[in-house]
Amino acid sequence: MKNSMKDSGAKLTPGTIIKPRAGWQFIDFRELKEYRDLLFSLALRDVKVMYAQTIMGFSWAVLQPLVQIILFTIIFGKVARVNTDGIPYVLFSSVALIPWNYISQTMTQSTQSLVTGQHLLGKIYFPRLIFPLMPVFSKLINFGISLLIVLSIMLYYRVYPTTNMLFLPLFLIMMMLVPASIGLWFSTLAIRFRDVQHLLPFSIQLLMYTAPIIYSASSIPAKYRFIYSLNPVVGIIEGFRACLLGTPIPWPYIWPGIIVGIILFISGAFYFRRMERIVVDVI
Amino acid sequence: MTERETVIKVENLSKCYRIGLKENMHDTLVKSVFNVMKSPLKNYRKYRSLYKFDNLSPNSDNNNPDIIWAIRNVSFEIKEGEIVGIIGLNGSGKSTLLKILSRITDPTNGRAEIFGKVASLLEVGTGFHHELTGRENVYLNGSILGMKKQEIDRKFDEIVSFSGVEKFIDTPVKRYSSGMRVRLAFAVAAHLEPKIVLIDEVLAVGDIQFQKKCLNKMQNIGQQGRTVLFVSHNMQTVTRLCPRTILLNNGSIVADGPSPQIVSVYMNSENATRAENRWPNLDQAPGDEVVRLCAVRVRTEEGVITETMDIRKPVYIEMEYEVLKPDFIFLVYYHVFNSDGIRIFESIENDPSWIDRPRPAGHYVSTSCIPGNFLSEGVLFISPSIRTLNPEIRRLRVNDAVAFQVIDSLDGDSARVTYIGNLGGVVRPLLKWKTRFF
Repeated sequence: MKNSMKDSGAKLTPGTIIKPRAGWQFIDFRELKEYRDLLFSLALRDVKVMYAQTIMGFSWAVLQPLVQIILFTIIFGKVARVNTDGIPYVLFSSVALIPWNYISQTMTQSTQSLVTGQHLLGKIYFPRLIFPLMPVFSKLINFGISLLIVLSIMLYYRVYPTTNMLFLPLFLIMMMLVPASIGLWFSTLAIRFRDVQHLLPFSIQLLMYTAPIIYSASSIPAKYRFIYSLNPVVGIIEGFRACLLGTPIPWPYIWPGIIVGIILFISGAFYFRRMERIVVDVI
Repeated sequence: MTERETVIKVENLSKCYRIGLKENMHDTLVKSVFNVMKSPLKNYRKYRSLYKFDNLSPNSDNNNPDIIWAIRNVSFEIKEGEIVGIIGLNGSGKSTLLKILSRITDPTNGRAEIFGKVASLLEVGTGFHHELTGRENVYLNGSILGMKKQEIDRKFDEIVSFSGVEKFIDTPVKRYSSGMRVRLAFAVAAHLEPKIVLIDEVLAVGDIQFQKKCLNKMQNIGQQGRTVLFVSHNMQTVTRLCPRTILLNNGSIVADGPSPQIVSVYMNSENATRAENRWPNLDQAPGDEVVRLCAVRVRTEEGVITETMDIRKPVYIEMEYEVLKPDFIFLVYYHVFNSDGIRIFESIENDPSWIDRPRPAGHYVSTSCIPGNFLSEGVLFISPSIRTLNPEIRRLRVNDAVAFQVIDSLDGDSARVTYIGNLGGVVRPLLKWKTRFF
């Protein structure tokens, strides 16, 4: 469907043309903008529903990352004694855990978004892109809360922000882009093949061990560094660590991932737009 | 009067589905990967075939058994402010048409153009979440239906009071009764301000009280110059609300015109329901060696056989039968059922000249007159029967032999007066009223 929206005065009403679509199309940003209220309502619904009918309510959003950080610190810091280049293990792991938690949660939900939203899919039209993009925004709330926890740990260890913080927005964007592109690629697959939902948990676990979350990227032999860094999660984690802790930003670990991430996103968008038109017919 | 603008223009719209879709789509990834490895090209083509219909034209009569045309070469235009009903049997393509116009699914061929903001109500309460409160759901549902946040802010109080669930607005919707949920959902939909509304049987839910309110609200929609496209099974609602109706059959438009006329075509298209039923071959006619039924028909005072009757006019039911053996006393009668299967009444032939009198063999036509302003609106089915009384044996009975539709008018001189909502009851007599003023 192409939208021939013409804002040519009040008299000429815009005509929406409905016809078979051909070829590859990229994201229709204009249409997406029209629907931004909806995107945020749905994201808000996500957040509200997640803690509905719990005793703890929203404090789960604080408790979950906190418990995770403590566990990781005990197991990998105290028991396994992972080399952290001299950084206290609590800090070392928590700055990596918060973007990782965001990425893994968003990835899972974004991939499942069409499956969980199929009742909406067949009943009303809005840009289908809203489905995989919804968790990208709704999970930001949890991420923000976790970030506050990490900032307080930093204060406790007297690690103060440096000029590296200026690069944080870049890594934030990458952090949102990567799970979004996975969602774009796999959400249309997930609605057709229910295998995806079984494949997803251990793919994510695998991804976690390939990223420098519990260990440091510097422990990877130099000759494998480029291949290792093609995983965009590596660059995001290392970037977060350097930005928050003020260590030098390891660009060689970051550039390959950024490029892969952008390619994944653009190709994912094209693929999604190509597949979205048949999704309703194959539910 | 100025020429009204076209707001919906549909040209040769077609949509086909490939049946056996499920077999083409592999259930598991492993299977599909295996298939891809086995025969990559074949698999690619097969997969493409699910959504590519390049070599197919809705015009050619290709007999591809996999292909089903849900709608085929549908063209029509709808002008601003028109309220148009779409009727048809199940699977005739009504819902597919609505889904294409709502942009939920793409057409395979042809095009449609819509001028103006569209709200499509394919169900009430799309996106309602049971864990959220009524208030939160109003905002969510409103934005799903295309309202901006400020617009909902502005109309919020009105929506809530229309729904009548003020007391529970901050309670999670899961604690609502289903009726309350529907009312709240419809209240949101009723406050949309689009130029064009596409509705799919949403009125089939909710209690009667609320349905009336919705019908009135919809009527107002039309009066505000809004265009409504209304898909329904309910003939009464269609004839009352929509001046124009489009009849679909097997994905194509069969008829398009004034509703009473189209409803009558629709009733005719179903074999079981027609105003006249004849058995030209006496040997195969219902009955036995004593008497056989030749025909049953529904006609007007003027003798016109018709499926649609004005509620104010008398309806003539005619039974034509052949008595084969003389000297029997007959009981000629029929039952009248409405579409809910309720037996409205039975009527026995009472012509004084034949009461308790043995009849000679021959051809008979018995006609009865159901007065105007007596039947309720809706579809009525006639089941004729004939008995002999010496001995008492039922010689024949034909269930639902003929049917006709009673249409209420809005002219103000029927029992409905000028009320446009739903009127209940199996009969609708026009009674004499007097109101004194003191």
